[in-house]
Amino acid sequence: MTTVETTRRLTGAKAMVEAIAQEMERDPSVIVLGEDVGAYGGIFGSTTGLLDTFGPERVLDTPISETAFIGLGIGAATEGMRPVVELMFVDFFGVCMDQIYNHMAKIHFESGGNVKVPMVLMTAVGGGYSDGAQHSQCLWGTFAHLPGMKVVVPSNPADAKGLMTAAIRDDNPVIYLFHKGLQGLVWMAKQSRSVGDVPAEAYEVEIGKAAVVREGADVTVVTLSLSVQHALEVAEELAAEGVDVEVLDLRSLVPLDRDAIVASVGKTGRLVVVDEDYQSFGLSGEIVATVAERGVALKSAPVRVAVPDVPIPYARELEYAVLPRQDRIRAAIRKVVG
Amino acid sequence: MEDKTRADLYTTMVQIRAFEEAILADYHADKKPAWDIGAGLIPGEMHLSAGQEPVAAGVCAHLDNRDAVTATHRPHHFAIAHGMDLNKLAAEIYGRETGLGRGRGGHMHLFDPMTHFSCSGIIAEGYPPALGQALAFKRQGTGAIAVAVTGEGAANQGAFHESLNLAALWNLPVVFVVEDNDWAISVPRAASTSVMSNADRAAAYGIPGVRVEDNAVEGVYDAADEAVQRARSGGGPTLIEVHTLRLWGHFEGDAQAYRPELAEVPARDPIPTYEQQLIADAVLDETKVEELRAEARQRVEAALEFAKSSPTPDPSTATQYVFA
Ligand SMILES: Cc1ncc(C[n+]2csc(CCOP(=O)(O)OP(=O)(O)O)c2C)c(N)n1
Repeated sequence: MTTVETTRRLTGAKAMVEAIAQEMERDPSVIVLGEDVGAYGGIFGSTTGLLDTFGPERVLDTPISETAFIGLGIGAATEGMRPVVELMFVDFFGVCMDQIYNHMAKIHFESGGNVKVPMVLMTAVGGGYSDGAQHSQCLWGTFAHLPGMKVVVPSNPADAKGLMTAAIRDDNPVIYLFHKGLQGLVWMAKQSRSVGDVPAEAYEVEIGKAAVVREGADVTVVTLSLSVQHALEVAEELAAEGVDVEVLDLRSLVPLDRDAIVASVGKTGRLVVVDEDYQSFGLSGEIVATVAERGVALKSAPVRVAVPDVPIPYARELEYAVLPRQDRIRAAIRKVVG
Repeated sequence: MEDKTRADLYTTMVQIRAFEEAILADYHADKKPAWDIGAGLIPGEMHLSAGQEPVAAGVCAHLDNRDAVTATHRPHHFAIAHGMDLNKLAAEIYGRETGLGRGRGGHMHLFDPMTHFSCSGIIAEGYPPALGQALAFKRQGTGAIAVAVTGEGAANQGAFHESLNLAALWNLPVVFVVEDNDWAISVPRAASTSVMSNADRAAAYGIPGVRVEDNAVEGVYDAADEAVQRARSGGGPTLIEVHTLRLWGHFEGDAQAYRPELAEVPARDPIPTYEQQLIADAVLDETKVEELRAEARQRVEAALEFAKSSPTPDPSTATQYVFA
């Protein structure tokens, strides 16, 4: 009897590509479009090899015209296709936001539920490599603030695949934000967890279900994306000091798994939120508000570790000072456990 | 064209190339053995303009410090040709406190009030601010003009078309420059642009459009001469497209696997070609060429020395300069 190998170690990028390829295989209405998604294979490797397999009718390089091609994705989606559209860096949404939040996200509502927009808008987020203020943002809080689109943010290759599959199959517009530092790219500093076990068959990770990625009794770290990996590193270190950290990976902002947050913080009684987006008016405030509204009793005041409302600076010293890196996460946990 | 003008154009081009060769060396030096874009003396993305020197040299020859230039994510050639202080430019690229933006901006975000220079990492988004600079100059009656630069890929962006229309409508003193290097990262012009030449698009907005072929610095100089005079004298905007060359990758580290004509690229380098022409025309000789190159390298060495010996920014100041 032969055994079927069901898990292999893939990078975040390869996991995304595998999900897209399997859905393209399964469903002829899935197409991929965006800047440099063809021969280049996506600047962050999110479409590598798709052109060779599926050809230029289904993998379309676009002009640098985000308003036009994201809007095109919307129109195609309303007519029964399932476009996966790449906006190269999330920071570029400024040139095409109207199509995203006034059209993609509102058509279903405005049509009284009669028109569906089943598209995925995937885009790269995050800093840490001195790419400056226009190429290093996360901005997921902005999309989550505006109603009508699901917002998913994987933190590891297995989720990158399962969330992409779920996003493509979803009948709603889904913004899929992948962190450059988790793609396992040859030209980025190695993040050991940007490579991980990924099942070979197609599967969905349910959108809207958080994951307890490390169980602990003393403090809950609520986080997402690359910060999950930073938090896990810190948790392992602190375990040696006798601090038992629980790490909750949100996986999506919309829907937000508020029950999972409440359950975890209810158990530990202490909360640290780690968010690579700007601090004010964003995800971190939403988490704290959820805990407060649900009346969870806390043993100490919650602490937020986010970008302190400053554009991401270029110089490495300055960028490291504003990002939620391990040093700041460690200090925050120490503070709440007193 | 006068010998002096020709020699000056050459000198500007050589100055730009010397600067970028030095940046290139430092950029790659400490990213080995394992390539890590965030590591080393110069971290982050690096878009060098090698091959596109004729555009900046030819246009900026007609400008002075009063005039504004809004450049792209590939800004060094225009920055240098427009007279930016090399020390401050280098220091910004090295992320130092003495840089143009105190290390906050980086190579795609250069802002220099001395030369009214700015640039944007977001495609085509340098065009609209140029309109405002032009409007301000017009109201102030200084005679200054604004020059806005994009690549041919960016000319498919809404901001490009909106800006041409508004500049034409309000008769603003702007010169629009398109650098057609055939490629927008991996996407060739033929796959992105519905017309052969962006100069044709000017007609849609009722303004003159000129295309300069063959990366010819003197052709750029002549076209810009006319456009700048038109703008300064109240004649309104012009669009100039130059067929130029991206000699290196889109960014450093780009293997350009998508690029079929790669083998022919080095032979199309505009600097040796122009140099030979000037020597043949007895504008320069070998000795003079060597002298100009050496001077350019010296200026660059001094700038890099300044940058590398400057302090890195103090992390405790990371949240400064969000508000005035
Ligand atoms: C709005 C926006 N979309 C996409 C990008 C990513 N991007 C950066 S440079 C580039 C190609 C630009 O091509 P072109 O305008 O021809 O200029 P070149 O790089 O060839 O000088 C792209 C797509 C961006 N910076 N901004």
